[in-house]
Amino acid sequence: MTIAEERNDLSNEEGGHEHEHGGPRGIYLWLTSTDHKVIGKSYMYTALIFMLIAGAMAMLIRAQLTGPNNHIVSQQTYNELFTIHGSMMLYLFAGPFAFGGFANYILPLQIGAPDMAFPRLNALSYWLFVTGGITMLSGFFTSGGAAAFGWVSYAPLSSYSNAPGAGPDLWIVAIALTGFSGIFTAVNLITTAFYLRAPGLTMFRLPIFTWNMIVTGMLILIAFPILTAAMIMLYADRHFGAHFFTVSGGGSPVMWQNLFWFFGHPEVYILALPYFGIVSEVIPVFSRKPIFGYKGLVFATLAIAGLSTGVWAHHMFTTGTVLLPFFSALSLLIAVPTGVKVFTWIATMWGGDIEFKTPMLFVIGFLFTFVMGGVTGVMLAAPPIDFAVHDTYFVVAHFHQVLAGTAVFGGFSGFFYWYPKLTGRMYRESLGKLQFWMAFVGFSLTFFPQYLIGLRGMPRRVPVYLVSDHVTFLNQLSTVGAFLTGASFIVWLINMWISWKKPVAAGDNPWDGHTLEWATSSPPPHHNFVSLPPIRSARPLWDANHPEHADYKNQGHGSVPREREEQK
Amino acid sequence: MKVEYRIYMGIGIFVLLVTTVYFFWAKEYGGVTMLFGTAGLGIMPALYFGWWRKRMDPRPEDSETATLAESKGAIGAFPSNTIWPFVLGMGAFLSGLSLVFGEWTLVIGGALLIFAAASVTLESRRGGVI
Amino acid sequence: MSNFKSVRERRVGRKGLLLAFFAVVLSSCSSTFGGYRGATTQGQSEASLYQGFMITGIVVAGVTFLGLFYVLVRYRRRKGTNRIPSQRHSNLPVEVIYTVIPVLIVIGLFVFTVRSENKITQVSSNPNVSVDITAFQWGWRFTYSNGVSIVSQGANYPQLVLPANETTKVTLVSQDVVHGFYVPAFNFSRYALPGVTNYFDLTPTSTGTYVGRCSALCGLYHGEMLFSVRVVTPSQFQSWLTQQKAA
Repeated sequence: MTIAEERNDLSNEEGGHEHEHGGPRGIYLWLTSTDHKVIGKSYMYTALIFMLIAGAMAMLIRAQLTGPNNHIVSQQTYNELFTIHGSMMLYLFAGPFAFGGFANYILPLQIGAPDMAFPRLNALSYWLFVTGGITMLSGFFTSGGAAAFGWVSYAPLSSYSNAPGAGPDLWIVAIALTGFSGIFTAVNLITTAFYLRAPGLTMFRLPIFTWNMIVTGMLILIAFPILTAAMIMLYADRHFGAHFFTVSGGGSPVMWQNLFWFFGHPEVYILALPYFGIVSEVIPVFSRKPIFGYKGLVFATLAIAGLSTGVWAHHMFTTGTVLLPFFSALSLLIAVPTGVKVFTWIATMWGGDIEFKTPMLFVIGFLFTFVMGGVTGVMLAAPPIDFAVHDTYFVVAHFHQVLAGTAVFGGFSGFFYWYPKLTGRMYRESLGKLQFWMAFVGFSLTFFPQYLIGLRGMPRRVPVYLVSDHVTFLNQLSTVGAFLTGASFIVWLINMWISWKKPVAAGDNPWDGHTLEWATSSPPPHHNFVSLPPIRSARPLWDANHPEHADYKNQGHGSVPREREEQK
Repeated sequence: MKVEYRIYMGIGIFVLLVTTVYFFWAKEYGGVTMLFGTAGLGIMPALYFGWWRKRMDPRPEDSETATLAESKGAIGAFPSNTIWPFVLGMGAFLSGLSLVFGEWTLVIGGALLIFAAASVTLESRRGGVI
Repeated sequence: MSNFKSVRERRVGRKGLLLAFFAVVLSSCSSTFGGYRGATTQGQSEASLYQGFMITGIVVAGVTFLGLFYVLVRYRRRKGTNRIPSQRHSNLPVEVIYTVIPVLIVIGLFVFTVRSENKITQVSSNPNVSVDITAFQWGWRFTYSNGVSIVSQGANYPQLVLPANETTKVTLVSQDVVHGFYVPAFNFSRYALPGVTNYFDLTPTSTGTYVGRCSALCGLYHGEMLFSVRVVTPSQFQSWLTQQKAA
């Protein structure tokens, strides 16, 4: 196979495709590269910086809640903090970290492709993401402050009369920019996975991570246009005198909620599915087994995608304007494919040879928090229970366990798993484990008390509460947990620093990986592969390294012609 | 292309079923409109893939027995370094900011957008010398 | 011989565990799991649904975690070993079982959900009392059918007075942005939306005073948009109402 180089720059060709040799370096590389590996890494580190900023905001929020009547931040600042914390974590961290960072870096490698299908578009989506993030943060530097209407920006609280100033407009522009960035990335991911696969890598041999990214891309293409349209309508309401969401002009504020959540619920799966993909890669490798029930897992992912378009109004049970049994039934039903995934992961470990390296520990942390969040999610799918705890800390605890648990534990699992591939260096195992235990204990300590706080009736998004609510101690407990979680990221930074200053070479395939990204050098050369192993199953590299246990010798995912293989 | 076609068609038809149920049960037309559009977003790409599936040669990546040698010709054209996506991004950024700070940023942003869009197109046409 | 003994001991251990497990499940049937028992008939219906969901949740999560911990302990890599386990990657009966069982559980949960939901959302056509509640930034107005009206004034939280064991029909609207009428002790909340009128019934079962608050973010003083609900006997309620009317 050949790769046509568009650029006839000799320095690049003569470097013998050496990684980054002869090409631009430093800031100029960051600005000009269209290499999916450079863009993927930029995405990851930018998203992680956004996570640290939004995490610092969470610390301020938690500090404010240590007492019933604290004045650590003003009410206005508090509202701005939780709005931007949520918006950043969802739009700028959890999503882009996965589908901009991991998918960008890993997906072409996993399918044996030299790059993404549209490298320039890929670079453009990175710059839209960065500028979107800057736009969102710049709201804090305007005279009126940042947006303060929650990440859901319910109309008419987000109208011009209720939220004047530049902050809300900056928020809208930021969402639009990151929205376009997400759409471009999704187009790129799907096209890459459909058109640039290596010979023999059929769809049902794709790694589960790639499958999940395809489905995520499909969901992005369904959901993000609606979000962008809603943002345009909101902007028109604010500035052009439109009346989409104002009662006085014949509009409907509830329509905003419908539009927003029609984006918002697929968005939840856009954020979760990539991390499910990571987990589905890490578990088999550290159990030395193939994934259990491959096709079941793929169909569960597709089922989640299909169902997620029909559950949006379970965020609107208490509005009294939605068909309760319909949305309750579909929301309950979506628990089935999600449950199937969890059982699949446990079944994959069953009978395996489990090695508790840092990525695997993070996966176990993920499984624990995710099952807890999933069980409470099933409760919230029942309208009566939702009536009792809607917009309380019960819901806050639920979606943090599901979303933040997935993005942090799944995300760091993937980060440590692919860190050797990304950098060619090894992280320090002991510090990685320390980070996991701090994050896990801290995270559980933060969010388990919040279930009780919610059940006792403390609403979310309030900076003050009553002494008679009997939630002060629980809130303090939660804050201690939050700070412990925050400290775990300092351990991570130290780990990165040590690994940078005193590098330990990782080798090309430190984990005995199964998929093609481990078949190339660490970090991979320009255009990724010098040679590829023959692809005869979902685990081509495992087959090559363990021919006596190869998948094509077992009962395969499909019929496998052995004669041809032996010819090779 | 068969699997690609089927997953998109599957999602489209499933959402169409949900739309039908929702239409007759909820009688709420905002949701019906959005669901119908979503079904279209599944069926539309599916039709495209289905159309191509009939017209393209069987691809080695769809064959379970293909070898690496079977992929012929160039995989594609991949640029290595170009500044234009960055300039394009900055153009979009400044144009977006004009919604907040007034038209003056649109002048700079729009100019950058047009300039970068033209440059990136020309670059890819003539094989991309920066 | 020793082998035989260890197997027996293990069996006893398992039985003990099982018994302990059921003991926990049975004793939890009377617990509310941190929630309110519900001071209205509607709230009590929610409480029992929550209880059922919680017990199901404990069983499901318990089984999942037991499986997870068993796998993690039993199949951990022992030091110094380097074995390649069986590469089995599918087992259709197992996959069918772990798909069908959740479907059945979910169907069961749905049936109970719909029953409870119908009770809670039912609005009676001839209620004993009718109250119009209007939410605004940042307060409440409670207007009774005889014209008595109670409004938030400054830092004074308004009080909604309801008769016990009688059905009150609430008509809920919002004057400006989205608010949420939320009484934690009633296990109930409902959004007050501009342009939409919501109706619901409250049938308090015991007298007392409960805190109520706004649940949906409504701007700067969202956190201080409180009210209280005082449930009194029907006769006390009537005399309170006439007294207010006179005042």
